[in-house]
Amino acid sequence: MLELKNIYFKKDNKTILNSINLKFDNEKFYCITGPNGSGKSSLAKIIMGIEKPNSGKIYLNGEDITDKSIDERAKLGIGFAFQRPVCFKGITVYDLLRFATKKDLSRKDACEYLSKVGLCALEYLDREINKSLSGGELKRIEIATVIARNPNVAIFDEPEAGIDLWSFQNLNSVFKELEATYMGVTIVISHQEKILSLADEIILLDKGAIVSDDKKDEMISSIFNKKCCKKVNQ
Amino acid sequence: MNNVDKSLLKNIEDNEFSNSDAINIRKNGKCIERKDTKYINIKSKDNNSGINVYVDDNVKFGIIHIPVIITESGITDTVYNDFYIGKNSNVVIIAGCGIHNDKHKTSTHNGIHKFHLGENSNVTYVEKHYGSGNGDGKKILNPTTEIFMDNNSSMKIDSIQIKGVDDTLRITKAKLNNNTKLTINEKILTHNDQKAITKFLVELNGKNSSAHVTSRSVATKNSYQEFKSNVIGNSKCYAHVECDSILKDNGCVKAIPEIYAKNVDANLIHEAQIGKIAGEQLLKLMSLGMSEKEAEKAIIDGFLN
Repeated sequence: MLELKNIYFKKDNKTILNSINLKFDNEKFYCITGPNGSGKSSLAKIIMGIEKPNSGKIYLNGEDITDKSIDERAKLGIGFAFQRPVCFKGITVYDLLRFATKKDLSRKDACEYLSKVGLCALEYLDREINKSLSGGELKRIEIATVIARNPNVAIFDEPEAGIDLWSFQNLNSVFKELEATYMGVTIVISHQEKILSLADEIILLDKGAIVSDDKKDEMISSIFNKKCCKKVNQ
Repeated sequence: MNNVDKSLLKNIEDNEFSNSDAINIRKNGKCIERKDTKYINIKSKDNNSGINVYVDDNVKFGIIHIPVIITESGITDTVYNDFYIGKNSNVVIIAGCGIHNDKHKTSTHNGIHKFHLGENSNVTYVEKHYGSGNGDGKKILNPTTEIFMDNNSSMKIDSIQIKGVDDTLRITKAKLNNNTKLTINEKILTHNDQKAITKFLVELNGKNSSAHVTSRSVATKNSYQEFKSNVIGNSKCYAHVECDSILKDNGCVKAIPEIYAKNVDANLIHEAQIGKIAGEQLLKLMSLGMSEKEAEKAIIDGFLN
């Protein structure tokens, strides 16, 4: 279980997150959504330790992890898929999966992780993680590195960002599978209705605050029948 | 061979000698071991100044090891090795150089290698440079490689200098005829006060000739590196030169690109990128459970792999 208590985060003199209180339970699939600039990615980065909150506390299974570094949190079981997957020179897909699992990962097991995200594994294992891979391929490899760690808390920052419709369809099935089988906490930052519809709970952020964390159905209908859309049409 | 010799050879020759067809081991300016075959012939030049290696026509596959080791402090060994590769032949040449210097005098090796590739031949050339020893005597390695490529030939060079070389001037010159392909991958790591200068001069003379030069280097501590490439396109040809460097501590890298197209159908590209390790790369690996130091090492190892 992951808990955020009174998280306050300011950057460049601007309040990004204001008094965030959230509890995430195991075996549940959470979606965080909201307009651009609402603080979604900052919240995800704060959980991973990439950003530090100005005040507030983060607890993982009751342990205060607020002051822990990124790698310490990773070792405690938090996994993070970056919105923009990082490219490397000379590091292959197989290397990255080996780094992720921290063990003598066999090529066969590495292939299985890639197959889970819909990649034909043998074509990819020895490829360098660079821009010769498409946005969709990089995203799926990024997700595979998180799945390979089997974390207690898996965070995916806008998995749909920057990929084409075809790749998105594939990604959606990856998250469906995750939702059905994963035992830890899953947190996905997304704007996509299809991904939101998989959620047990949806958290709507706006201007750094939680607007609502109602049950899914009410949330989806309120999000996709937004008042702002009506205003534009009026 | 003593243990120092064996250790040097192990560091510069990844492969076992047992799989090689021809061998010439040079130690402190003298040949200490040689083996050749009916199809791959090694002949000494006068005054121990080097060897000529003759590969017959139509040799389907051959492996040639020609390592050089220097264990005497204060020695300057200059060697001239010429390779004549027959038509339609395919060989791998492994030519590392290791210097062990436990004393105060400078040890230097100048390796001047000339490759004459016959029509339709294919050469893979692996060159690994390494220095060891606790003395303050410098370890200097200056390889010069000249390549003459006849029609339809191809050559791939993997050149690696990972550790312990204080000063190096590496010169590679190539002349390419029709339908030839030259690929060079160079990897250099310098530290402390080391200096590495690399120069490439590639002349694409033949129609449909191509050259791909990739240099990846890491400059740490107070070391200095210079990468200078000059590619001349005299015909319908293609060249891609890429210089990528990672800086650490007070390391400095200078890249000087020169591409000169003398034909309207010449297509020449030069890319250079110098900078410290990208923060996002560190973050990604740390998010997989690595400490910052481990992440940095993994990034550099991968980069120079």
